[in-house]
Amino acid sequence: MRYLRQTLTIAGKDLRSEIRTKESLNAAVSFAVVILVLFSFAVDPSADQIKEMSGGLLWLVFAFAGALVLNRSFARELGNDCLDALVASPVPSSALFLGKALANFVLLLIVELVALPVFGVLYNMSWARQPLLLAPVLLLATWGMTVIGTIFSALTVNLRLRELMLPMLIYPMMIPVLMAAMRLTTLLVNGEAIPADDQIWFRLLVGFDVIFTSLAVTLVDVVLVG
Amino acid sequence: MSAVPPEAAINVRQLWKYYGDFPALRNIELNIAPGTCLALLGRNGSGKTTLLRIMAGLMRPQKGDVRIFGNDPRHSAARDAIGLLGHGIGVYDELSAEENLRLFARMYGLANPNEVAAQWLKRTALDHVARSLVREFSRGMRQRLAVARAFLHAPKALLLDEPFTALDDRAIALLQSLLAGALKGGATIIMSTHQLREAMELATHVALLNRGKLLFHGERPVEMIQDPTWLYRTYGEG
Repeated sequence: MRYLRQTLTIAGKDLRSEIRTKESLNAAVSFAVVILVLFSFAVDPSADQIKEMSGGLLWLVFAFAGALVLNRSFARELGNDCLDALVASPVPSSALFLGKALANFVLLLIVELVALPVFGVLYNMSWARQPLLLAPVLLLATWGMTVIGTIFSALTVNLRLRELMLPMLIYPMMIPVLMAAMRLTTLLVNGEAIPADDQIWFRLLVGFDVIFTSLAVTLVDVVLVG
Repeated sequence: MSAVPPEAAINVRQLWKYYGDFPALRNIELNIAPGTCLALLGRNGSGKTTLLRIMAGLMRPQKGDVRIFGNDPRHSAARDAIGLLGHGIGVYDELSAEENLRLFARMYGLANPNEVAAQWLKRTALDHVARSLVREFSRGMRQRLAVARAFLHAPKALLLDEPFTALDDRAIALLQSLLAGALKGGATIIMSTHQLREAMELATHVALLNRGKLLFHGERPVEMIQDPTWLYRTYGEG
């Protein structure tokens, strides 16, 4: 019970800080919208082409915009040496990690929920045709990106070039989750059923989340303390 | 390796810490009894902060061992027992004073976070700005809030890194009275400091580090009351 309370305390603190400053949320939402707008000007795709690339475009936007949120996750603790106060507190490193991941997850979902309607309007897509299937894809893939981003944010927090290093480290790690999310999202926003062959992508998302969450929770103390 | 003496609050055994090839701490052996106040002295780069960070569980040594009341510093029981005041104030600029203290009270699992926060805001004379954001505070107010943050869970061991540096008179007086109270209550205090005069008012023991080596550790020599630099001149290297 104490563990859960500590996790929620950390998540609440991060969300409260972000709501006050909006330093990463504003940047991520603006970035996502700008990319969608620019892309709609840059190419004039036919309806079929849009159908094919919809999932890919959306998840690339989510991944790039998400990096802006994830970069700040541990970096926000550097001011006033707050990271030392957190690490020295009795909050287990895993609870600290999960709390931060939970806050990042909420922030990434906000970015996605703003970007999706913009995508729908700009590309003339009714993206919410299968909300009950799209929601688990969004949740599972976003959690996968969040876990990878949060643990690498902890790993790179003391690097001078962390803004550059984090994307370089996380995108290769996110390839499986992005591949699965892109394929499933393409099908779902086009209102197509998921063929039996493609159901494996759901299992990949679940497996990825379980494996990387377990790894991150186990390794985060070593990452933070050495 | 010998067993931890049962009376030790903090026990450091054969501790080595390297930064790359550079040994920041060389074979440190320290036993700190409960209820003592140890002033950790030494010039810049002598290893004081590194030693305190290892004791606080913020980094691990390459060799040797630290025990806080018999536990590894990363054990939750050890972390429950420690209050840390480092170089930074360790509070969030974008939260109010009250929110900061409530946050840390919750992290330490205290029963009444609101009550504890209110109590400490009053003790540090910050109750009139409880709802103001820390970023709007003066330096002295921020320092007082940091002191409240370190003390609010009534730690059994206080690790203070240069606690008097950059404090205003009011904050120094507050910190000294809190430290005296904690010492009276049986807490163990370890503070690294260059401000010998302030430290000597509280210190029951002193330790002198030079280039990662412990040159002296023991009860505060009486000579240091008259002349706080006596230890440097007697045991230090120049």
